[in-house]
Amino acid sequence: MEEFAALIDALIYTRSRNEKLRLIAEYLQTTPDPDRGWAMAALTDGLDFKAVKSSTIRNLLKERVDPVLWSLSRDFVGDTAETASFLWPEPMGEVAPPPTVSKAVDALGAMTRTSVVGELPRLLDRMDSQGRYALFKLATGGMRVGVSSRLAKVAFAQAFDVVVDDVEEYWHALEPPYAQLFAWAADGEDPPDTANLPLFKPFMLAHPLEETVVDLADYAAEWKWDGIRVQLVHVAGETRLYSRSGDDISATFPELVDALEIPAVLDGELLVRGDAQGGEKGGAASFNALQQRLGRKTVSKKMLTESPAFVRLYDVLSLDGEDLRGLEWEKRRKRLEALLPRLPDSHFDLSELVEARDFDHLAQIREGTRDDAIEGLMLKRRDSLYVPGRKTGLWYKWKRDPLLVDAVLMYAQRGSGKRSSFYSDYTFGCWDGDPDEGAELLPVGKAYSGFTDAELKKLDKIVRQNTLNRFGPVREVERTLVFEVAFDSVHSSKRHKSGLAMRFPRIHRIRWDKPVHEADRLEALRALIRD
Amino acid sequence: MAAPFSWIRPEPHGVHVVPADAWIDPSKAVDRALVTHGHADHARGGHGQTVATPETLAIMELRYNTRDGATPVEYGETIRLKGGVDATYIPAGHVLGSAQILLEHAGERVVITGDYKRRADPTCPPFQVTPCDIFITEATFGLPLFTHPPIEEEMAKLLSRLEAYPERCVLVGAYALGKAQRVIAELRAAGHTRPIYLHGAMEKMCRLYENFGVDLGELRLVADHDKDDMRGAIVVSPPSALNDRWSRRLPDPITAMASGWMRVRQRARQRNVELPLVISDHADWNELTRTIQEVDPHETWITHGREEALLRWHQLHQRRARALAMVGYEDEDD
Repeated sequence: MEEFAALIDALIYTRSRNEKLRLIAEYLQTTPDPDRGWAMAALTDGLDFKAVKSSTIRNLLKERVDPVLWSLSRDFVGDTAETASFLWPEPMGEVAPPPTVSKAVDALGAMTRTSVVGELPRLLDRMDSQGRYALFKLATGGMRVGVSSRLAKVAFAQAFDVVVDDVEEYWHALEPPYAQLFAWAADGEDPPDTANLPLFKPFMLAHPLEETVVDLADYAAEWKWDGIRVQLVHVAGETRLYSRSGDDISATFPELVDALEIPAVLDGELLVRGDAQGGEKGGAASFNALQQRLGRKTVSKKMLTESPAFVRLYDVLSLDGEDLRGLEWEKRRKRLEALLPRLPDSHFDLSELVEARDFDHLAQIREGTRDDAIEGLMLKRRDSLYVPGRKTGLWYKWKRDPLLVDAVLMYAQRGSGKRSSFYSDYTFGCWDGDPDEGAELLPVGKAYSGFTDAELKKLDKIVRQNTLNRFGPVREVERTLVFEVAFDSVHSSKRHKSGLAMRFPRIHRIRWDKPVHEADRLEALRALIRD
Repeated sequence: MAAPFSWIRPEPHGVHVVPADAWIDPSKAVDRALVTHGHADHARGGHGQTVATPETLAIMELRYNTRDGATPVEYGETIRLKGGVDATYIPAGHVLGSAQILLEHAGERVVITGDYKRRADPTCPPFQVTPCDIFITEATFGLPLFTHPPIEEEMAKLLSRLEAYPERCVLVGAYALGKAQRVIAELRAAGHTRPIYLHGAMEKMCRLYENFGVDLGELRLVADHDKDDMRGAIVVSPPSALNDRWSRRLPDPITAMASGWMRVRQRARQRNVELPLVISDHADWNELTRTIQEVDPHETWITHGREEALLRWHQLHQRRARALAMVGYEDEDD
């Protein structure tokens, strides 16, 4: 466990990608099975211990240190695991040496919600602060060490000199601690047999277009729909639905699992039926409506009838047992169009291509769209093979320009992660009438991104020096500062006093110059509501 | 007779000693200032008269070009102010010249700590516990998560990283007044005799320390040397220079920072620090609470820092305390 804890801290403090790869690869080469497999699982978020939650840790600590001091410390650090690793009282007397990673994993896996109260403390007492931090992170998932699951797999490939796309492919067929994967990569044994399993295939992703201009002779354009990107896999009679991160979300959308009966791997946008938007065949509802269905483990009949889901298809990765990823996009597109009649139109349609004379014309089309189910445009190189991850020059996303509103900073709270211990989460409001006639500010949203580190320091200072009231971790701030807030859309909401909710608000600019009474009024936001 | 302690009044811009018409560490220019130490959030120019230790006055002259109205007071010396107030300067152990100020008036005793720590520091005399009725303390690291490790451990971390990368250098970001000289002196104490390289902004303050008898060994300026000279060496710069263009002249530097904030992992990440060194010139949580127990005042006033937690500690230990919410005292780099 000490080596793993040291690896975690070394990764936290390492900036360079190559150095991170080197650190992980070295750990994998020098650590025995199954410890290294569990470490890989931890780095790729592959572990889940039902008995140990963030609240479990919080409760254990609150029994051992003053709850007020705990909360103030947690609020400052911005991370429950780290705070707990600091405040855990050092044990009296002799304790056993720290466990290995696999022994720790076994112990965590065997804990129940009742036994955790006695067993977790015994494990913690055997470690120092660094070890406790690593154990908490291991137990609750989400290591936050600046290592994506992809980077961990690249490091694995480097450590054993194998191809990373093969690692991705086999990965989803195996369970932690991935004994077969290590046997294949490190000892040259046969790879796992994946042909007859409904496995997730890593998505091909796009870069933002930004200043790039492309020639439409080389690139095809299609709408970027505002749902969630999914992959639907049917192999050997079994169907699975995967989210963009490769999570199995079949149970959340059973109607889609039932709808695919052809051996195929399909890539598309999951949307919910609705009449708010036109779309081509049958309308889609806004993302707001789709959100009601996300994250549910079971679905009620009512939900299925009121908000049925369908997939708007972008691509086909495999068909009737044939892997199509090695074909150019144009050829795959033809296969997809030919496939469509074989699929039930109640649950599938095709994402139509956007025809434009040239790039300028396409820009005009993008400007002109007001359909809420459209996030912008996708540009795909006509000869691009389907390759996992983001390869420069193949696919671009060209998002619609955001909507903007001027709002006043009202409340602030400390952030976590990179913004830990700074007041970095801002609630802002708009006037419910004419501020010179005594109108009030009503909160309309919350944002914690869009500013530079230097601006964050300045904002943190402003919050601390202009605090009017404290409500637990929240500070009410004197109304002195205007933010220009960017957001994707705004919807009506019964949960907020202002009657509306913004989608993905972020600070666009800080209007140091703007007097607060010149900030926008609620009616300006209301005019933008689309439900 | 006046109400108890009505002669001492905390204001947003400093503690006002009313009968003496004097201010402790005022953040605006006043006629008479009593200054605890030379850091910019406590010391500034423009006062009519400045009462401080000779070391602090020398630091203020160097940093803020203040010369007029300087009134030196040695450690242990008492001076009589207007209105029958006596002020005694007592070591605070924070940086060279740092003092607590004991104020006595009408049989009442008030101690203002300025900033302080309880650890040994080769660059200044240690904090002395001084009994008083009101203890006015800082609380920069006033949360139980802040426990500074022994400085020897942090020096060992630094030196072992240096040994592991003989082709590179370790660039240590350290506050230019106090932290930098303490780190250098501790490196010398740990047996590191090689030349240490300085960012230009550090030079004058290091010379000032040397003039007051602090031995810092051989110091060289980065500007006078080539990249190759600095391989395997320690370079000390202000924290602001860590990620600056300036550091490009160094041989593939490993970025370190010496600060109490480095305890929190994300704080180190925010600064792109690869080697966090938890070294502070402020009292940590255990030092703060131990000091209050040893001083055992009738009441504690907290000037700045994480005052909520220290107030809570007082409540749990049935002690009286209040937060003063002073503005402008915050040491981001310490």
